[in-house]
Amino acid sequence: MWKHHFWLERHSLLLVIGIIIVISIGGIVEISPLFYLESTIEKVQGVRPYTPLELAGRDVFISEGCVGCHSQMIRPLRDEVERYGHYSLAAESMYDHPFLWGSKRTGPDLARVGGKYSDGWQRDHLINPRAVVPESVMPPYAFLAKQDLDYHDIAAKLKTMKTLGVPYTADMITNAKADLEAQADDQVSGTALKKRYGQKINQRDFDGDPNRITKMDALIAYLQMLGTSVDFSTYQAGGDNNR
Amino acid sequence: MSGPREKDEVSGVETTGHEWDGIRELDNPLPRWWVWLFYACIAFAVVYWVLMPAWPGVHGYTHGILHNSARATVAEDLRALAAQRGAEGAKLKSASLEQIEADPKLQAYALAQGQSIFGDNCATCHGQGGTGGKGYPNLRDDVWLWGGKLEDIQHTITVGVRSGDPDARMSQMPAFGRDGMLPATQIDDLTEYVVALSHRKADAGSVARAAPIFQAQCSACHGPEGKGNQAFGAPNLTDADWLYGSDRTSIHDQIWNGRGGVMPAWGHRFDAATIKALAVYIHVKSGGGQ
Repeated sequence: MWKHHFWLERHSLLLVIGIIIVISIGGIVEISPLFYLESTIEKVQGVRPYTPLELAGRDVFISEGCVGCHSQMIRPLRDEVERYGHYSLAAESMYDHPFLWGSKRTGPDLARVGGKYSDGWQRDHLINPRAVVPESVMPPYAFLAKQDLDYHDIAAKLKTMKTLGVPYTADMITNAKADLEAQADDQVSGTALKKRYGQKINQRDFDGDPNRITKMDALIAYLQMLGTSVDFSTYQAGGDNNR
Repeated sequence: MSGPREKDEVSGVETTGHEWDGIRELDNPLPRWWVWLFYACIAFAVVYWVLMPAWPGVHGYTHGILHNSARATVAEDLRALAAQRGAEGAKLKSASLEQIEADPKLQAYALAQGQSIFGDNCATCHGQGGTGGKGYPNLRDDVWLWGGKLEDIQHTITVGVRSGDPDARMSQMPAFGRDGMLPATQIDDLTEYVVALSHRKADAGSVARAAPIFQAQCSACHGPEGKGNQAFGAPNLTDADWLYGSDRTSIHDQIWNGRGGVMPAWGHRFDAATIKALAVYIHVKSGGGQ
């Protein structure tokens, strides 16, 4: 055995192949069951792909580094459930590419922040956090209200997400730009938008400036839907997942 | 290694046989404590496989003797928490708001729970002390937009204000200026009229001109004397309490743009007992308005 190993160590190519085989065993055992075990791919009703405006807002969330201070993952622990609400389900981030669970909570967890505060509060708070929460250490993001959202490539973004497995239909991709504009304006009909993404979506002017679609519109639209897609009054954490 | 092992002359320890530019690696054994720790870890892992969920299979995974599950554990912890909250916690569910406030022990319990819920959910807008801010009502005074009785407070918390909930408290102050409902000069006059309503010095000419406009446009909600109406969340304009500021610019801005705040509906987020505790907390802390 020792002799063979000596021989293996002397041939770099064989050593590389050997390393790959050993590591893949660990990978196959640990990763592949996640793709087929019922309990790890639990289907949950209500989870839907992001609307174009929310997807753009998610990009603002990522580009401003919000995930550095805010997690989006309520762990199944008593104190977290008491404070933030029902623990996060894997299915709730099934359309997140990449997921934004985060690992640091300088600020509170945002997994269920949707609908917790008014749009006006979100706006006031993003413009100057200390105007509403005096003890906050969050930096101000006032510029988001001044910058127009650049969404010329929103259809391409949806298409990219589709490549990654998000079930956007051809209809959704073709109408991405129109849907984005419709969601940020409560003066236009939202019938087509709601037909595509569900009746529950929020359609209104999120940033208080009806004449423009700003990054603030997109970010607030995203924040206001976080954690709201699953109806936990009917969800049962039963079966194999919770003996 | 091929061939006999070499011994290092200086230390008397065998070398690994590897040589780099004349430097050879000694083949000292691993420290004893490290080796035993390593074996202990392997033993721990084997015990862990037996006790806890561990190995994935084709149709499921090994559940372990302890049948541990994070979801079951948190459900159990929450049941234990409800038990820990004891008789008062259970009573909160069945007792009426008046009963809760009248029973000192139950009230103390509701206040403690209300305070912790308020701090984490309501204080973000209404302030840690509940004194509010511009656009966010003060909950510590006796001025109430939608009523300060226990039931009023409970209802407001449950359905919210302009929250999108089907039962939400709704009203909309028109944007008289922005939507071109009144000419700018009349809005200037109305501003003076509202200043005069709150017993401050105002331009008499403007006040006289604005009086009929106020009666025609504003009195339906704010009342003929401007004392407000809690059915519409219309504020009393004759007192010293101003949600959006008391100076002329703020008043003018409010008539022009007709802002209305949004309070989320908490009925989806909290159970009935929690909302009761909050209502009692807010009612007691405000001095218990009727």
